[in-house]
Amino acid sequence: MSKALLYDATMCIGCKQCESACAQQNKLPYDDKVAAESTQSEHKFTVVLTKDDKFMRRLCMHCEHPACASVCPVGALHKTKEGPVVYDVWKCIGCRYCMVSCAFAQPKYEWHSLNPRVRKCIMCPDRVVAGKPTACAEICPTGATKFGERDDLIKEAQDRIRQNPSTYLPRIYGLTEVGGTSVFILSSMKVEEYGYPASAKIGDTPIPEYTGRVMEKIPDFIPVWTLALGGIYWVSHRREEVAAAEAQEKEKNGSAR
Amino acid sequence: MKFKLTFWRVVFIVIMGLGLYSAFIRFFYGLGAVSNMSDQFPWGLWIGFDLLCGVMLAAGGFCIVGAVYLFNVERLHSVVRPAVLTAFLGYVLFIVGLLFDLGRPWYIWHQLVYMNPRSVMFEVGVCVMSYTTVLFFEFLPNVLERFNLKTPIKWIKKVYAVLVVLGILLSTLHQSSLGSLYLIMPSKLHPFWYTPALPFLFFGSAIAVGLAMTIFESTQSAKAFGRHLELPVLVELGGALLVALWVNALLRFEDYFHRGLLGQIIKPSYEAYFLWLELMLAFVIPITMLSFKKVRLSPNGLYLASIFSLLGFITNRLNVSLTGFETYVGHHYVPKWTEFSVTLMIIAAGFALFGLAVKYLPIYPQEEHAVERRTQTQTRPVVATAVLGHAGD
Repeated sequence: MSKALLYDATMCIGCKQCESACAQQNKLPYDDKVAAESTQSEHKFTVVLTKDDKFMRRLCMHCEHPACASVCPVGALHKTKEGPVVYDVWKCIGCRYCMVSCAFAQPKYEWHSLNPRVRKCIMCPDRVVAGKPTACAEICPTGATKFGERDDLIKEAQDRIRQNPSTYLPRIYGLTEVGGTSVFILSSMKVEEYGYPASAKIGDTPIPEYTGRVMEKIPDFIPVWTLALGGIYWVSHRREEVAAAEAQEKEKNGSAR
Repeated sequence: MKFKLTFWRVVFIVIMGLGLYSAFIRFFYGLGAVSNMSDQFPWGLWIGFDLLCGVMLAAGGFCIVGAVYLFNVERLHSVVRPAVLTAFLGYVLFIVGLLFDLGRPWYIWHQLVYMNPRSVMFEVGVCVMSYTTVLFFEFLPNVLERFNLKTPIKWIKKVYAVLVVLGILLSTLHQSSLGSLYLIMPSKLHPFWYTPALPFLFFGSAIAVGLAMTIFESTQSAKAFGRHLELPVLVELGGALLVALWVNALLRFEDYFHRGLLGQIIKPSYEAYFLWLELMLAFVIPITMLSFKKVRLSPNGLYLASIFSLLGFITNRLNVSLTGFETYVGHHYVPKWTEFSVTLMIIAAGFALFGLAVKYLPIYPQEEHAVERRTQTQTRPVVATAVLGHAGD
């Protein structure tokens, strides 16, 4: 069964303990200065944003069909069966196609390193495999970030909306976006206000399908095109051979006469 | 041979010096120090120009090889060697450029070990590696002839049909796939440039540019090396270019028409200005020029028309890779001078290597006689001394 995270913005108090737990888990520096940064970066995988006294968390969505994993030429990123989208740094060649392809702009880069890595939330895969919640979910004092079975969390999110329709916008962000994700967001304010891409803009189609439609034609295209090219070569050169043979014959006839 | 400091040599040395400085910054201080790339703009000038335009500008190789060997258009035989040389140099230099852009270039071989067949980038990588190998063998006879090694030439001639077919197959695949790279970003790339037709448009523009580039380099070589210009060949290429431009223009029109964007593209906007620039340079100006028979028959007219279309398609690819993302990102990306300087260094190296190859290898075989004649009659000093000096022309 695949795991997921449910973030309920209405329960968040903006304490940023998830940020600091995340930094600790990933061995990243965390102090007041980093806490004050309101953008994700190679040293800040998750961020709690504030707008009109309301909070919103951003982190990797761990798509069910991740674009980053599909575009990586060396397969350095992949979706595990437990849910996290993880990164094998030793495979990475640094082409940064994952960064360009991500609809949520999550992968960040160590621009000033001489051996740079792609950095993003990897949903604490070691903890998840060991049956523990992610660091951010474990530390959250209000339960705003909740870790659990993906299917259970979807049901719970639907229940919360049903029970408090006046509190929540009637949608679970991440349920259908780009074919579904492993991070769900409930909120009273539109997530787009905090920099999330609009659902209408990214659509419900899994992003890898956009290139997949072309890539799947290649195995058929190669033999057909090779045959066609070989055929053209043969025809155009055969004509030459025939012309040469005819000329020779003519010459022979001419000399015989 | 005495070394004379000419204007172009000074330019070449300055470009190389600045380029080496930038290379130092790149490999000792990292991508962040050498470029204006960022998490918002992970791909900059090096992908937009060196990769997308570089591979497109090297398309002359497969276009001319295809025309001459596949379709048996004997009349173009004299431009095969320079076109193959340009393509081979283009691909080698493009790989050099890639080593600058990749964050961990020393792992570039991972492409062949940890393969991900779902990735367009993987396909481009494998095709480019294979095609560069094919180009190497297509180019090799030049070197072998120079040293009079007849046996290996015979071997290559035996498999030349395979090389030709393989080269065109690989080119078809990766020239179009460069466009497919951008299919993954429907929500980021501006609709003027994001279209499901991207692979077709990229393949189409590669053919037009292949023809334009062959006209450009033939004229340029004639100017730089005092070669005799073969007007009939250029006229033939110019006619083909006109057809290719029309086909490309119709493809673009069809695409905008089907996606209902015709109304939007004529309305002034930041993106529209760049689109207009691209369409003017790539289509309106060269198609108008080439529609006049007088232009189609004049070397200067053909030269100018080819330059306009080259600039137009370069603008197109920069729009796809850079301009088209600015609205999504919310700010502009302007490459740092060190990014330009690395790109310039690679271009300058290309010109210099082209010059050296023409000087030492039988790239223009029919010219051999001309050179012999010249040395016999001593009418002109040996052209070759000027070669390095014209690097960067």
